[in-house]
Amino acid sequence: MSTLATSMTSRRMSNQGHVAVGLATVAVGFAVSAALNGLSPSWVIVWSFMLYPIAVYVSSRILEDRRQATDRLVRVSVTLAFVVVVLPLASLVWTVIREGAARFDATFLTGNMRLTPEDLAAQNGGEAVGGAFHAMVGTLIVTSVAALIAIPLGLFTAIYLVEYGRGRLVKAITSMVDVMTGIPSIVAGLFSYALFVLILGPGTRTGLAGGVALSVLMTPVVVRSAEEMLRLVPNELREASYALGVPRWKTIVKVVLPTAIAGILTGSTLAIARVIGETAPLLVTVGLAQETNLNPFDGRMTTLPVYTYYQYVQPGIPTDAGQSRAWAAALMLVIIVAVLFTLGRVLARVLQPKGMR
Amino acid sequence: MNDADQTTTTGSVTRMTEQMTGVGASETPDGLRVSDLNIYYGDFLAVRKVDMTIEPRSITALIGPSGCGKSTFLRSLNRMHEVIPGARVEGTVLLDGEDIYGPGVDPVIIRRKIGMVFQRPNPFPTMSIAENVLAGIRLNSKRLSKSAADDIVEKSLRGANLWDEVKNRLDQPGSGLSGGQQQRLCIARAIAVEPEVLLMDEPCSALDPISTMAVEALMLELKSEYTIVIVTHNMQQAARVSDRTAFFNIDGTGQPGYVVEMDLTEKIFSNPTEKATSDYVTGRFG
Repeated sequence: MSTLATSMTSRRMSNQGHVAVGLATVAVGFAVSAALNGLSPSWVIVWSFMLYPIAVYVSSRILEDRRQATDRLVRVSVTLAFVVVVLPLASLVWTVIREGAARFDATFLTGNMRLTPEDLAAQNGGEAVGGAFHAMVGTLIVTSVAALIAIPLGLFTAIYLVEYGRGRLVKAITSMVDVMTGIPSIVAGLFSYALFVLILGPGTRTGLAGGVALSVLMTPVVVRSAEEMLRLVPNELREASYALGVPRWKTIVKVVLPTAIAGILTGSTLAIARVIGETAPLLVTVGLAQETNLNPFDGRMTTLPVYTYYQYVQPGIPTDAGQSRAWAAALMLVIIVAVLFTLGRVLARVLQPKGMR
Repeated sequence: MNDADQTTTTGSVTRMTEQMTGVGASETPDGLRVSDLNIYYGDFLAVRKVDMTIEPRSITALIGPSGCGKSTFLRSLNRMHEVIPGARVEGTVLLDGEDIYGPGVDPVIIRRKIGMVFQRPNPFPTMSIAENVLAGIRLNSKRLSKSAADDIVEKSLRGANLWDEVKNRLDQPGSGLSGGQQQRLCIARAIAVEPEVLLMDEPCSALDPISTMAVEALMLELKSEYTIVIVTHNMQQAARVSDRTAFFNIDGTGQPGYVVEMDLTEKIFSNPTEKATSDYVTGRFG
């Protein structure tokens, strides 16, 4: 780089300059940490992180000019904010994998929690017993029930809002959907529990009740995302279809929905991911079972979040065994969500209109 | 099938009593006769008192400054106007002697008889070129044999002067074509359902001169079979392609647009009756 100053060049910091600013920040962070918190690596990192934007701004103000200083300050702040968000996520995934891997074995994947006295004795001796197959099946069943209720309901509501609704009713529905988004999950659980108690009598706990509770939480998410996606479909396409003499319902089915299908699918996947980890409503509505129950209409089931919760609060003896199972169940849940996301993405990619990639 | 497009016609209109049953409309087309047409957006009168006869198998151009209601008027000719919430019309539009705003008339059927091409090319992004051409027929749930479908695709694309350019990639998405090709694809899609009238709303305004020439040449070919109404901001285009021209004007913002005069295109551009028209076509305003 030539450093010839003309009317069209501006002063720029050299690469060595940036390295120097970075090192100086760490040094100051070291000093501040030593003075205030005692020397610990975490505090050095925290202080360096907080001081770095200031250091960049000040050095750039001195060595460059105001515009570039502001630019650098914003760029560094935005990047650091991103790092601050991503670090806990990475840490969380890493912790779940590390702790969960210990019991993520064949016994765990195929077994259930109906433990014989021999099993308990073996557990006392440090052997790995007990599994979460019944909880996996339970989670899949309850979530599928919720999806079967919430996705059609939400999609139809969104179609009404975008394609048919006019005036005050649309506003009322939209604000009710917003309110629904804010319903605490335990309230949804109590609602569903009360509903099924009214119909089937006190103490009823079934997978269906859990599915209904989750669908209450899921529907508004589906409505909002599907509504956004339908609004993104250009009006010109609807008009083109009307001008060909295509009736409105057919325009929606054959033109609008296929154009928006990728986004609707992604939104629905997100909605499933939103509810699959719910614990409180399932604790109330589905309860806990020791063994696999495939019938959502009758009897209690175990779901992964509830399983995790109970393995943690009632770990048994020795406590390590239960806690390892809790971590493994958490890992299983994370894997299921990851697979769902990947599936959603792949489906969206396949179904995306060819011209819109 | 007769779904939700609200019919918002007002009464007190003289209507032809004879039904068009049996009369081969495409054999003896009578064009469009518009009388006393007021077009509203809610309470706002957008275009007032249009009386106009659109001759069959000819090209009629609608010119005028922006906002004077040309496009609104055009969209009221195939009942696309009422797709907008609150939009409605008063008056009659006779297609071959029958009022398209008559009681019980299904806008969906009107739009099959009166096709439309829009300002921006809008092929369906989910469909291939061939599927786009067939969209009007397929979406109207007519079953087609493979060979019949192929015939319609070829005939329509030839009709739109696009066949040679796309015949080797009919199964590729329509949005992969150039702007001019997309617009001709949209014309092919419109003529595939064999309408009587083709409405074109500034069909060349998003196209370059070469593509514009292609579309104009196509229009001159199509007028032997179709009645064409075109809205254009390009007065040279109106002069080049149209047989008759209507000049729309507006007295000011918030005022309704109206037809100043309508005549043979040559007369409008050489010796118009009204001063406003001659001012507009000679470029003194607008």
